[in-house]
Amino acid sequence: MCGEVMVYQVKVPVFEGPLDLLLHLIEQNEVDIYDIPISLIAQQYLEYLALAREVDLELTSEFLLMACNLLAIKARMLLPRHEAASEEETEEDPRKELVQKLLEYKIYKEIAGELKSMEALWSRVYWRETDEAKLLKEFPPSNPLGTVTADDLVAAYNRVLRKYEKKREVVSISRDEITVREKIEFVLERLSHKPAGLSFDSLFSGITSRSEVIVTFLALLELARRGIVLLRQARLFSDILIFLNESKGGEERADPVSG
Amino acid sequence: MPTLFPDEAKSVVEALLFVSGDPLTAQDVAGILNLEENEALAILKEIKADCEKERKGFRLVEVAGGFAFATRPEHAAYVEKLVRPRLSSLSQAALETLAIIAYKQPVARSEIEEIRGVKCDSAVSTLLERGLIEEAGRREAPGRPILYRTTPSFLKYLGLRSLEDLPAIKREEAEGQDRESQDRAG
Repeated sequence: MCGEVMVYQVKVPVFEGPLDLLLHLIEQNEVDIYDIPISLIAQQYLEYLALAREVDLELTSEFLLMACNLLAIKARMLLPRHEAASEEETEEDPRKELVQKLLEYKIYKEIAGELKSMEALWSRVYWRETDEAKLLKEFPPSNPLGTVTADDLVAAYNRVLRKYEKKREVVSISRDEITVREKIEFVLERLSHKPAGLSFDSLFSGITSRSEVIVTFLALLELARRGIVLLRQARLFSDILIFLNESKGGEERADPVSG
Repeated sequence: MPTLFPDEAKSVVEALLFVSGDPLTAQDVAGILNLEENEALAILKEIKADCEKERKGFRLVEVAGGFAFATRPEHAAYVEKLVRPRLSSLSQAALETLAIIAYKQPVARSEIEEIRGVKCDSAVSTLLERGLIEEAGRREAPGRPILYRTTPSFLKYLGLRSLEDLPAIKREEAEGQDRESQDRAG
């Protein structure tokens, strides 16, 4: 067994940050948070950093920054205090800022604990989920535009166009001929991968020129007119979703109710 | 639409609850059935009581400002054999970050980091991915930092009716230390 390296398993607690570590030390030493024995706490803090380094626990730079801060406070506490010039003007406790930070952090650490138990309870509760895409398939609306109005379409179209206006610093010289027919293929291709619907904005993502946006939009209108795609808007001003109308996609679907 | 008898109204509200994706509010029900809001609320409460009385497998829960059907927690083991269990629980870092956002919203990342004393990038992006928080514009201050707030899904996640249902903050009063600020506030 010579040469075999003995590996010790050392349990080093992990802290969320320097404030978490300090709260732990204050609690462990049962000292008053308003009157922190800074030498003792600073020493234990540094011991933890050394231990963490020994076990290769990666600590963020904030831990080191706090170590400096603790030592600075310790140094200021050691300095002789000046006699207050007047009675009003009492010298500020060098620990004051740190104490306030610790108290503030402690509040949210405790709240996080409460949220955790709420999370544990409610993670065992399942909500009735409605699947918009599925509902639409079950009950295809007679109007392929659904509740989407012409104004909604114009607004969405203008929003996409505006994006291209901003990009016009670079002038393209070559002119690609793009046909509506090609774009119809393009839209159908995109939709075939998106059974849950494709958002209006993402249909246009990746398109580089204004003319291409216009032709793509024409293609979309043509598909909607023919009832091949369905448009749906969950709520006012939200993104418009585009779906493939499966009942138009070839064979008529059998009516599951009849019979 | 014709005026409904009470039993019919209850039946209609059950139908609305069944199809509604978001929690259904008394206001929604009042608008659809042409009722007063308190009448709508009474119907919702009655359906809720029915579920309890008959020990149904689901309850009507008041959440995120409305009412939604949800399974009983004690059935979780069975439900999870049918549907995908929920995502793993949040890390301590994510929970602390969420707590700060919940109470201080709208809040910038730097303010969260100031309180926690550490960087919060990954916690914030986890919470965004889970849909528990969302961007809430930018602060009109140098750097125009992005502000964050909690979403309705956050309320559902923790079973809260509204943000007012969050646990109360227990602030330890420093003896004498904050006297000055208290005087000013009072």
